[in-house]
Amino acid sequence: MTTATVAVPKAAPKRETHSSQVKMSTRGVKVFYGDSQALYGIDLDIIENEVIAFIGPSGCGKSTFLRCLNRMNDTITGCRVEGDVTLDGNDIYAPSLDVVLLRAQVGIVFQKPNPFPKSIYENIAYGPRLHGLAKRRAELDEVVESSLQRAGLWGEVKDRLDQPGTSLSGGQQQRLCIARTIAVSPEVILMDEPCSALDPIATAKIEQLIDELSASYTIAMVTHNMQQAARVAHKTAFFHMGDMVEVGDTDKIFTNPRDQRTHDYITGRFG
Amino acid sequence: MNNLALIATVLIVMALAYQLGLTRSKAVAGSGERLHSRPGYYGVLVALWCGLPALLLFILWSVFEPGIIDLLVFQQLPPEVAAFSEREQQLVMRRIAALAAGQNVADPQDFERLAASQQARLEMLGHLSMLATMSIVAVVGLVVARRHVTPRLRARNHVEKAITALLATCSGVAILTTVGIILSMIGEAMNFFRFVSPVEFFFGTTWNPRFSSSGAGGQGEYGLLPLLWGTLMVSIIALLVAIPLGLMTAIYMAEYAPAWLRSVAKPVIEVLAGIPTIVYGFFALIVIGPFLSGFGELVGLNIRTTSALTAGLVMGIMIIPFVSSLSDDIITQVPKALRDGALGLGATKSETIRQVVLPAALPGIVGAFLLAASRAIGETMIVVLAAGNNPVLHANPFEAVSTITVTIVNQLTGDMDFASPQSLVAFALGLTLFVITLGLNVIALVVVRRYRQQYE
Ligand SMILES: Nc1ncnc2c1ncn2[C@@H]1O[C@H](COP(=O)(O)OP(=O)(O)OP(=O)(O)O)[C@@H](O)[C@H]1O
Ligand SMILES: [Mg+2]
Repeated sequence: MTTATVAVPKAAPKRETHSSQVKMSTRGVKVFYGDSQALYGIDLDIIENEVIAFIGPSGCGKSTFLRCLNRMNDTITGCRVEGDVTLDGNDIYAPSLDVVLLRAQVGIVFQKPNPFPKSIYENIAYGPRLHGLAKRRAELDEVVESSLQRAGLWGEVKDRLDQPGTSLSGGQQQRLCIARTIAVSPEVILMDEPCSALDPIATAKIEQLIDELSASYTIAMVTHNMQQAARVAHKTAFFHMGDMVEVGDTDKIFTNPRDQRTHDYITGRFG
Repeated sequence: MNNLALIATVLIVMALAYQLGLTRSKAVAGSGERLHSRPGYYGVLVALWCGLPALLLFILWSVFEPGIIDLLVFQQLPPEVAAFSEREQQLVMRRIAALAAGQNVADPQDFERLAASQQARLEMLGHLSMLATMSIVAVVGLVVARRHVTPRLRARNHVEKAITALLATCSGVAILTTVGIILSMIGEAMNFFRFVSPVEFFFGTTWNPRFSSSGAGGQGEYGLLPLLWGTLMVSIIALLVAIPLGLMTAIYMAEYAPAWLRSVAKPVIEVLAGIPTIVYGFFALIVIGPFLSGFGELVGLNIRTTSALTAGLVMGIMIIPFVSSLSDDIITQVPKALRDGALGLGATKSETIRQVVLPAALPGIVGAFLLAASRAIGETMIVVLAAGNNPVLHANPFEAVSTITVTIVNQLTGDMDFASPQSLVAFALGLTLFVITLGLNVIALVVVRRYRQQYE
């Protein structure tokens, strides 16, 4: 097999700080929507403080897999998940587990920004209030400010915190949603094509944000943009028709994939 | 030929015209040039040209002919009739019309017989000339249109215009009817206000319209406030029942109920809206009223069988589906993304519903409440039977009350004389009711529309 000839932008900066500790791991994850099967047994380890990107053609099950990681699939009627998913070694599908707490630990940012029809402040304060993270108003103010700051939005909105979240631009809304997720201090952040509705400048901001966030969070993101995966992800997993074909260091996947299907996909032969 | 047969004939002729247009268009297409539209459109166009003017003529003729004939007949009557009072003149004309139609009339006078035969002759003449004119118009339309069938004629576009015109006419009829009803209500209400000053009507606190037949001069007192208050009291009780029940039903149906339950329960709930209100009325009178009054005795309250409470409770049950099915639609419309956002932050289902879904749906839900309220305010049968008809200003829901709708019924049943304030007041009341419900509906629509825009 020849070496892939995809033009790779400069690879993600190698971080030497990994603890190399497995944060989440899945074994034999199968997902069914009613009678049709969407995933055929996925085995994957997600390492703490790494950014992992899921790529693959449309409909191959990336979003489905992502949603397994914080049980958002529970909200879809007719969706059934088999196999094991663990967070810090604990089975997240165990009957004793509290889904609500799990989702506070494993936050999710969606493809389309979905701010609540409340003020910017209330959008961020919603999660902390829900989980009783701030006892007093001053603490809450602090959480709101620091979340917005980490999401790189503070400067743009600090004078208009009482305006509706929906009044922001698309890129700002997406950063608001990221801030909202950060506000409950999750350990893992899932992102489903977080930049697909954004222009290049907003995209660049979010990519930079992901890079910064990876210092303190474990991040799994779905993307259709291979340059983006190459820019921000340490690891990349390639999905194809409900299977995970291969996973590895990003630069290796893009320069020297093991599987022919991966090679075809990243060179743009299909998908 | 009677009118039904006439219209049927026109339709048959139109069908023939369609065929003619069709064959004609095919014939001209044979000459090599490509037809602008499919042949069917030429057929329709020719049929329209043939039938529509004739039908229009028919309608105009039917509207104006009787008046003209009446006028002609009236002018022929002997001079002493002109000296009769207006009422007697009308009577004479009605007798003549009956005679002309071949009905029996008690001891007809000679001049009446004469006029009747004349009227019959005029009617015959009118009918025949209408038939003749219609035939000519139809034939001319047919011939002209058929001659115009050329490959370049944009028949399809013309038919399109005709369809637009037809649809516009239909909406025009609906709108004109509404406007007509409103105008006539306003006119009659104005007549009423010549007897009773608006200030007295709108701010009076006593309702006591003495009927003139009961002797004792004076025209009575027409204070709206007791009725308005009764209406409000019953409606508020109804909303207190319907809003919580309806809203919770909607939330359960939209968010919790499994699909099979939803598909069974929703239609069952909507049946509530289909039960005739008179059935609710006697249900209230026979079941709920005695039950409430018995219950009142048990706990030491004096609850009348027919009271604001009885009527309000039953009306509340009646409007549950208005609240629940509209709210259900609106709750379902809240995008899934918003729910996912809250769930993804670790909110439970009920937290998501209370803190995100309902606030987002609130404007629409308020709209649903307002529509239900306007429904309650205009409701008649339940209150006629179960509210007790007691137009007195008081604040006790266990006592009987009267509402605007009940009073309208009362004023219009029995002997009616549209020159007296006793009957005319019904129009003023109706107009008041109309303005209130219209206001509520408009607010509701605006609110709902604003909500829709938010998510489109
Ligand atoms: N809610 C659902 N109900 C039924 N089938 C679904 C549902 N969501 C996804 N699927 C099916 O599961 C498969 C995987 O879908 P998924 O959304 O995970 O793909 P994806 O890789 O995220 O695609 P894309 O890149 O277009 O977002 C598809 O075949 C899809 O039709
Ligand atoms: Mg997807």
